[in-house]
Amino acid sequence: MIDANDHPLLEAEALAKWYGRQLGCRGVSFVLYPGEVMAVVGESGSGKTTLLQLLSAQLAPSSGRVCYRMRDGVLRDLACLGEAQRRCLFRTDWGYVHQDPALGLRMAVSAGANVGERLMAMGCRHYGRIRSAAQDWLDRVEIACDRIDDAPTVYSGGMRQRLQIARNLVTKPRLVFMDEPTGGLDVSIQARLLDLIRRLVTQLRLAAVIVTHDLAVARLLSHRIMVMKDGAVVESGLTDQVLDDPREPYTQLLVSSILPA
Amino acid sequence: MHALDVVDVKKSCTLHLQGGLHLPVVAGVNFAVRPGTCVALVGPSGSGKSSILKMIYGSYRCDGGRILIRDGDETVDIATAAPRAIIALRQRAIAYVSQFLRAVPRVAAIDVVANEHDRAASDEVRKRAAGLLRRLNIPERLMTVPPATFSGGEQQRVNIACGFLPDRPVLLLDEPTASLDSENQAVVIDLIAEKKQRGVAIVAIVHDNEIRAAIADQIVDITGFAAAA
Repeated sequence: MIDANDHPLLEAEALAKWYGRQLGCRGVSFVLYPGEVMAVVGESGSGKTTLLQLLSAQLAPSSGRVCYRMRDGVLRDLACLGEAQRRCLFRTDWGYVHQDPALGLRMAVSAGANVGERLMAMGCRHYGRIRSAAQDWLDRVEIACDRIDDAPTVYSGGMRQRLQIARNLVTKPRLVFMDEPTGGLDVSIQARLLDLIRRLVTQLRLAAVIVTHDLAVARLLSHRIMVMKDGAVVESGLTDQVLDDPREPYTQLLVSSILPA
Repeated sequence: MHALDVVDVKKSCTLHLQGGLHLPVVAGVNFAVRPGTCVALVGPSGSGKSSILKMIYGSYRCDGGRILIRDGDETVDIATAAPRAIIALRQRAIAYVSQFLRAVPRVAAIDVVANEHDRAASDEVRKRAAGLLRRLNIPERLMTVPPATFSGGEQQRVNIACGFLPDRPVLLLDEPTASLDSENQAVVIDLIAEKKQRGVAIVAIVHDNEIRAAIADQIVDITGFAAAA
């Protein structure tokens, strides 16, 4: 799964974002390799979502930079890409899973079209092939094939979230951003979704940055973890090291605040 | 040539939520394990035995010293290795049986074991996982059930299978026989003997004197590593 010969896929250098005088995040640096899953944890308002938006070029940083290794093997500063290139990345090489599936799906069109749209953005035009790829992906996220023509408005919350994942992964992205992918789902649905994400991330050797406030989700899915507080990273490292042997006061507070089930 | 070298390792904790209470755990930990032998760590509860195992596995940090693990032709110091290097090393070189199974919801016992070997486990690996569970007297009908509802002893046997399925040069055992009946304890003793024959270096924590005598080639007394308060 982890190859010593790999080159970094994503590099963040001293990233900072200010909203006027209000701090979003600052001083964030890390390197992400292919197949590596990093969790970003911390309470609401700690800068997790701001960071995710900076990394995925949806927000421009106030200072610092984000570099991404394009499919041609060259590491490029996201700020230097043209709008067309950035959109192309977003539609093909990246996935972005929103906490609210309605933000990541087209609610008025069918499930099949939701999955197929990303393929068409890549230039696929053969209707039969697009439909069979959509069918295959619905199957992989455990959505029955007779629901392919239904719009997500008639799907349950858990199904919508699985559909959003299928829509993101159909183009075989190398990097997926997830913002609280299991937030707002009840626990049995959450367990199923986590199991699915864990399996797909491994099978496809995806790199992922997952924002969550749930330490159990972080432990299950991630190799590495970054703990954020008030816009800054207070502790980072191997997931089980940070969770089993937390060093910083804030991390110790987070870990000790979990109620055992 | 040692498979594992623990050199002058030191560990302490600062509990910030308890007013910054500083707890020394161990200091000056020194021992080495040759391939095909088993070192047993002994000492009273709380003396730091599990902490030492966790430092070797990399889930606890060291404050000082070196933990050198042979990985093919290379030697990696897990005390200073980067997260990626530790993950890679675990996949190739370290198997670990923790005190308690951490079960993943929805995943069947057989897959919990097979995935420990390889997340994308083949049928061959699943077959071996089933064989190992059978040897540890897990009934066939339980293999396809997620272990969350298993008894303590059954969970521990699934955990043991997780650690014993992969053939890695270093095996860490934290109380593997604590919640087992004598029949299953005997199975574990046999499994340990087989690992030793295949050249695996083992570090074990075992409270039972008879079992310890059956598996250990060398005893390391942890009380000698007590950190000065």
